[in-house]
Amino acid sequence: MASKGVFTVLSNTPLTDSVWEMRLAGDTSAITRPGQFVNIELEGLYLRRPISISDWEEGALTIIYKVVGEGTARLATLQSGAALDLLVGLGNGFWSVPAERVVLVGGGVGVPPLYGLARQLIAEGKSVSVVLGFNTASEIFLSQKFEALGARVVVATMDGSEGVRGTVIDAIGAEGVEYDYFYSCGPLPMLRALCEQSSGEGQVSLEERMGCGFGICMGCTHETHSGHKRLCKEGPVLLKSDVIW
Amino acid sequence: MVEDKMLDKSVELCGVKLDNPIVPASGTFGFGEEAAEWYDINVLGAISIKGTTLHPRFGNPTPRIAECPSGLLNAVGLQNPGVDAVVSTVVPALRKVYKKPIVANVSGFSLDEYRECCRRIDPVADIIEVNISCPNVHCGGLAFGTDAKMAAKVTEEVKRVTTKPVFIKLSPNVTDIVAIARACEDAGADGLTLINTLLGMRIDTRRRRPVLANGTGGLSGAAVFPVAVRMVYQVAHACKVPIMGCGGVSSSADVVEMMMAGATAVQVGSANLRNPYASKEIIEGLDAEMERLGIRSLREIIGIV
Repeated sequence: MASKGVFTVLSNTPLTDSVWEMRLAGDTSAITRPGQFVNIELEGLYLRRPISISDWEEGALTIIYKVVGEGTARLATLQSGAALDLLVGLGNGFWSVPAERVVLVGGGVGVPPLYGLARQLIAEGKSVSVVLGFNTASEIFLSQKFEALGARVVVATMDGSEGVRGTVIDAIGAEGVEYDYFYSCGPLPMLRALCEQSSGEGQVSLEERMGCGFGICMGCTHETHSGHKRLCKEGPVLLKSDVIW
Repeated sequence: MVEDKMLDKSVELCGVKLDNPIVPASGTFGFGEEAAEWYDINVLGAISIKGTTLHPRFGNPTPRIAECPSGLLNAVGLQNPGVDAVVSTVVPALRKVYKKPIVANVSGFSLDEYRECCRRIDPVADIIEVNISCPNVHCGGLAFGTDAKMAAKVTEEVKRVTTKPVFIKLSPNVTDIVAIARACEDAGADGLTLINTLLGMRIDTRRRRPVLANGTGGLSGAAVFPVAVRMVYQVAHACKVPIMGCGGVSSSADVVEMMMAGATAVQVGSANLRNPYASKEIIEGLDAEMERLGIRSLREIIGIV
């Protein structure tokens, strides 16, 4: 069950030129799964801004966001101590399946929600590989934190400045990453390519402009093989076999 | 201090009693079930449920939502499961948690569709709200709402097949809303809801194309409140039937203002999208606003300006 509450910014620091990590203190009891999101009220903006939860614990959560527009630019100006009104624990996140060998595939700013997922899957004793794709070495973030969790990490950069040159799909092939099930979040072309390349089932987190973020406005509905799904409510995580490309 | 119990917030719409004038507006409250996860929705005066059509509709492609100064554009396009599912499944589910009046909002693409949809939804509705003003669907809705003769025709046809009070929901995208309102009243409308959204557009200048996949969408939110107050005022002075005022209402003070303009009930729309508790908090703030302004009964101030 989602909740609404005031959170306090603990820290807000850049990880790259455009990607920031914000730690927030507040009631996180509504968060039940990795891949869920918060919806943030920002002064002067009418609609809240939905941002995926990267990780959480009792009393604090972390979001990692890329500055792409007015809302995220405003987020980046906030200092520690600032108060933010958040809707917490929104959406249907990633869920665990019996598969032993799993791969988590993230592209760019799609990487953050996979961190909390990796932590959970490793705690469950699964063999976790993480494949992260970025444009260039200077845009890489979180890869060391995934390693610290005990995951096998493979990085791909489009320009070859670090790791495998090319896409995450190229990296999976080049490094011989084997898996029975995949989880992914990132740009649509990447998700689609991964779904087409993978013979087995998996879960993908999709993105959409949202009105409310909690299922009442029907602003973010996608057609799927199992009916209409509101990405804020039945999503953002959908089964590969449900997605209509 | 006026004693709390002496403040009377109840209103009546064509014999339907509301504990207070607050009605979440159609399209901003789903079918009530999601809101019931946040609070006991029986505190509401009534609920106007998601616009229902004869046949199920997916709606428009995404993006359907665009941010605006003090508001938003939407082009959802009447996504709904169709009237038969609403009557057999959706309203019964709502009825398990909600006992207060239901305003059934109906849209159509032809006179036949309006008539048939209203006929089928009549048994589960306390009030029927006929949307002749949706700007987001082609060849439907708005075509009926921008022509006085067509608006009157829809009203007549719907009245013929319904037993519940019929409110016609009017569009602000017209030259003279009073002419449309009068035509509906003359055709037998029991009440009027106004206003629906104002047709708008945003452009993504980087991509050089509209933000919304539909191109245009309906503007709502605080930005449209003064337009709604003006139109409610104009129509209230020209018509005798009760009005549900709608458009940008964001606070208890806005409710009082809308009622002074001539609204008997007040719909809260986009505010529900920003804050799931908006309608509840607006109701809770009414006492303080009434005390501040020396109002003992909200019914006293309807159309007082």
